[in-house]
Amino acid sequence: MDTVEHVRERLLARFPGAEVTVVPNGSPAGQHSLLISAAHALEIARYLRDEPGLAYDQCSNVTGIDWRDREVIDIVKDSQPGAPGGPPVVVERKVKRIEPGYLEVVYHLYSLARREGPVVLRLRTGNRSTAVSVPSLTPVWRSCEFQEREVFDLFGVVFTGHPDLRRILMWDGYQDHPMRKDYVEPDDYEWEPTPHGDVLTKAKRHYPAPTAPGMTNDE
Amino acid sequence: MNETQPALTSQERDELRRQGVLLTSLEELYNWGRSHSVWPLNFGLACCAIEMIAASMAKFDIARFGSEVFRPSPRQADLLIVSGTVTKKMAPHVVRLWNQMPEPKYCIAMGACAISGGPFKQGYNVLKGIDRFIPVDIYIPGCPPRPEALLHGLVQLQEKIRGQALTGPEAPRHLRSDDACDCPVPELGAHDIEPSHAPGVWSSPSLVRPDKG
Repeated sequence: MDTVEHVRERLLARFPGAEVTVVPNGSPAGQHSLLISAAHALEIARYLRDEPGLAYDQCSNVTGIDWRDREVIDIVKDSQPGAPGGPPVVVERKVKRIEPGYLEVVYHLYSLARREGPVVLRLRTGNRSTAVSVPSLTPVWRSCEFQEREVFDLFGVVFTGHPDLRRILMWDGYQDHPMRKDYVEPDDYEWEPTPHGDVLTKAKRHYPAPTAPGMTNDE
Repeated sequence: MNETQPALTSQERDELRRQGVLLTSLEELYNWGRSHSVWPLNFGLACCAIEMIAASMAKFDIARFGSEVFRPSPRQADLLIVSGTVTKKMAPHVVRLWNQMPEPKYCIAMGACAISGGPFKQGYNVLKGIDRFIPVDIYIPGCPPRPEALLHGLVQLQEKIRGQALTGPEAPRHLRSDDACDCPVPELGAHDIEPSHAPGVWSSPSLVRPDKG
């Protein structure tokens, strides 16, 4: 059984300049993944497929993840001079910073020849708006073609080197990316007898405004 | 024939039939012929289509009702069975197929998705019922409906056809010259289909909350 650390070592031995990071998975499944830099992605993918000791000849799944900008609170410890003659006092303060979001593409690789797998590869884009391209792995695994089109359609990741990058589920003139977390769907709510959850939130926006004092629509 | 007072009531006609005397009207004969030769369009959208195919096969045998001739061209079909989920991407094509069918034509909305969007109703990509664009004659609930339910819907449609008058305001669309037969085909817009429903065909039901008066 190949561990991700084992695969990472082989990759680093072959491509010393590449960035290969293990992204740990804390769940009981413990399916850790390898984050690889976009610059070396294509040659790493070729190596994973063609190297006889690895022979990851099948890409079974390509999917996308949308990571939004998130606010991170760092605790910074400052040492200030304390009372005269005494030790310095350590003061903790919280510093907020915005960690920029990005789009991530995840590839699940199997080796049918060696009955090994999966090895999970991750590629990340620079941000969510302007730098959204990653290299396409379709030239390496042909099975990525439609799935990368789907990620392009629903997440807006642009795959450079893809042979036929068009929308696959939504129509060509469509401009949104519905699986993005900030996607706003068309406001076409229709009445439901028992709305709950997100549908209830939508339903409340569509109930008629209260007409008499004391009449509320908050149920 | 006097419209308000038929020369022969249906009880009298049935009694005559029992005695071996067949009396009929042109309207009855015409509708009898039409109702037993409803040719559906060979067209399926989702899992409901599997049930529709099952209904056409030997076990359920839709041929018993004269509807076994599934036509591959809308020009030759009388009945559009919307069997399955109508995505917004598919909606213009379904409406176009309907417009290509010659009158008299009928539409069956088969299954929860074709009626209302079903489990996908609140999604961004599914039409909330084909009746937003096409006048639907028969709704068959179910997810998917069994072939027997489709056969029942077909029998209901035959009843409806038999009840149609040839003249007057109750006449079907194809016998009235004042009625436009074409349904507007929606456009695939930048964020949604436009319009989201055909104004003449469907209007949003007014929301009445009994508990709020």
